[in-house]
Amino acid sequence: MVALTQLTLPCDLLRWIPLLPLAGSAINLFFGGRMGKTAAGLLASSAVAASFAIALWVFYLLPNNGIFRDLVYTWIESGSFKVNFALQADALTAVMLLVVTGIGFLIHLYSLGYMEHDTDMVRFFVYLNLFLFFMLLLVMGDNLLLLFVGWEGVGLCSYLLIGFWYRDQNNAIAGNKAFIVNRIGDFGFVLGIFLLVAELARQGVWTLDFVELEKHVKLLSPIAIGAITLLLFVGATGKSAQIPLFVWLPDAMAGPTPVSALIHAATMVTAGVYMTARLHFLFELAPGTLHLIAWVGAATAIFAATIALTQTDIKRVLAYSTVSQLGYMFLAVGVGAFSAAVFHLFTHAFFKACLFLGSGSVIHAMGGEQDMRKMGGLKEHMPRTYWTYVVATLAIAGAPFTAGFFSKDLILWQAYSSAHGSGWLWVVGWLTAGLTAFYMFRQLFMVFHGTCRADAKTKAHLHESPEVMTEPLIILAIGSIFTGWLGAPEYLWGSRWDKWLAPIFGAHEGAHHSVQLELGLMCLTLAIIAVGVLLAYRFYYKSSTAPDSLAALAGGAPYRLSFNKYYIDELYDFFIVQPFTAISSFFARFFDPWIIDGIVNGVGASARGLSSVWRGVQTGNVQHYLAAFLIATLALLAYFLRQQ
Amino acid sequence: MALVPLNYYLILSAVIFSIGVIGVLVRRNLIVVLMSIELMLNAVNLTFIAFSRYLGAMAGQVTVFFVMAVAAAEAVIGLAIIISVFRHRQSLDPQEMQLLKW
Repeated sequence: MVALTQLTLPCDLLRWIPLLPLAGSAINLFFGGRMGKTAAGLLASSAVAASFAIALWVFYLLPNNGIFRDLVYTWIESGSFKVNFALQADALTAVMLLVVTGIGFLIHLYSLGYMEHDTDMVRFFVYLNLFLFFMLLLVMGDNLLLLFVGWEGVGLCSYLLIGFWYRDQNNAIAGNKAFIVNRIGDFGFVLGIFLLVAELARQGVWTLDFVELEKHVKLLSPIAIGAITLLLFVGATGKSAQIPLFVWLPDAMAGPTPVSALIHAATMVTAGVYMTARLHFLFELAPGTLHLIAWVGAATAIFAATIALTQTDIKRVLAYSTVSQLGYMFLAVGVGAFSAAVFHLFTHAFFKACLFLGSGSVIHAMGGEQDMRKMGGLKEHMPRTYWTYVVATLAIAGAPFTAGFFSKDLILWQAYSSAHGSGWLWVVGWLTAGLTAFYMFRQLFMVFHGTCRADAKTKAHLHESPEVMTEPLIILAIGSIFTGWLGAPEYLWGSRWDKWLAPIFGAHEGAHHSVQLELGLMCLTLAIIAVGVLLAYRFYYKSSTAPDSLAALAGGAPYRLSFNKYYIDELYDFFIVQPFTAISSFFARFFDPWIIDGIVNGVGASARGLSSVWRGVQTGNVQHYLAAFLIATLALLAYFLRQQ
Repeated sequence: MALVPLNYYLILSAVIFSIGVIGVLVRRNLIVVLMSIELMLNAVNLTFIAFSRYLGAMAGQVTVFFVMAVAAAEAVIGLAIIISVFRHRQSLDPQEMQLLKW
């Protein structure tokens, strides 16, 4: 690992990147109602645009072996333990900054069109800006505690945004679910931080600084590192929707569609990947944890993909595909290919944001309808949405020379060839690639091709979305192709991406396999992708009875299992939620009123009972007091006289 | 002048003091209570004077002057309080003034 050169930016520029969205949020919160919806939206968007401009400039100034630091103030100081409220930008952060502010800006623009009919648009932009502030804090914090503040903050904002249309009970419940499931993960994360501090303190080092941590990480015992990384990974499974804590993400689709794009595709769910990449020096020392992460990632990838096969809600398909793609990222993390994981994060942000915004455009045109069985033939009505959707679908499926092709292929290759990788991991990833191609093209054909299955009223309403919504789609679609070219494999023109991140993650040594093998595996991947696309074409483009007969296979059990998401929600409900509520209600109905209240009331009652004995003494009559006074004086007098 | 023994003075003042104490404790009229306090003070004064004379020390007599001055002030304030209590309650019975208990 190369020590990074410390640099400072003029004018404390770094702090303005998160501060501008925060300011936008605060201004809209207090004055947004008076400014009007459009002004509030424009203000929020321009705040993010300014952040994006600064981020671009920082990126331009930053040499890839340098690090910008901006110390705002010392936050906690206790003995030799010191935590700064300090921001940093190194090569990894710079990439995240561009994703967060860049895609965030496009989504803000899109929301201007998407939310214009909503009466609560101002509140929406307040949340959206606040979300970006916390996300930027998360990626820019120079210590684990500041990262955690951002981590919790995005959790809060996602709760607010998922439950944005809170008048519908289901949305509020979905918001709660996201918040609570995340909280479970965060619990592990907090424990991991505590353990890290405690273990380092035992070696005499008090710090949470990433740079300092990296220096001193060797002091820790392997067992301690294993435990710490496991706990931190629990946090990552919550935030980044991995097995077993992925259940909140599909429900999170209850929020407005731009939120799904922003939070649940491009930014928040990537926090777990970012965190593991940021702490790669810890994870690299814990081969056991890495192994677990790789398998959890691979299992999540294929598990979510099989669920996505049968979903009929346009956004749910995308939600499960997000879970699946995040699984890929953790697969890469697990085999030690942090650079590949962040690369997939980067490309995925583009095509997934494009897909979500595209689906939002469709939902907008369909007047709120999300069931794909009632769509079809939308190609003619909304050409721009259609073509961007095609590009993004190709990208996520991994068609050659799209962004997803490069990043997914890199991950699969690393899963096979890396020192931590294995052939089985590759097979799981390979199968998932085929499933991905199938369900994405199934969606494309169901929504945009064939005959329109909507009712007459919706049909008459069909229209292309306004420019402010389609322009971001076009930009994202372009990104969905060309961002991948940054990370091309060696046999093409080599990866600029790995070079850029090399000072962070170290140059990739790894066992050298032949290019022929790499090309061969790539061809296998392309083959299964082609099979997936062809099957989708046969099943859903040409009207075929094959899907129905497949669904009826084995008594329909596999279909029902997939359609009902393996009954995971029901299982959790039965084994965790219901016992938990039962215990809670026991405590609420019995323990709390009788035991807790009993103790408190008992203390009060016994004090009152004791005092009632003595209360009679206090008659209130001065003459009685004086008599007591006299008697006591005489007694004291007698006592002292007796003494002499 | 025939010398009266010290004990006579002490017994007299003890008797007056006791009358005062009983008056303070049992009378149902605040003015009488105040008068009883005066009795107690003057009984003490008598003791001081007697000892002063007996021992030939002037300090006792000086103390008496202080006591008289304080008693005068006390009488003034006490009577003022009694008047204002009476205006409020049309009563001077200390047994009826029990508001400060719970």
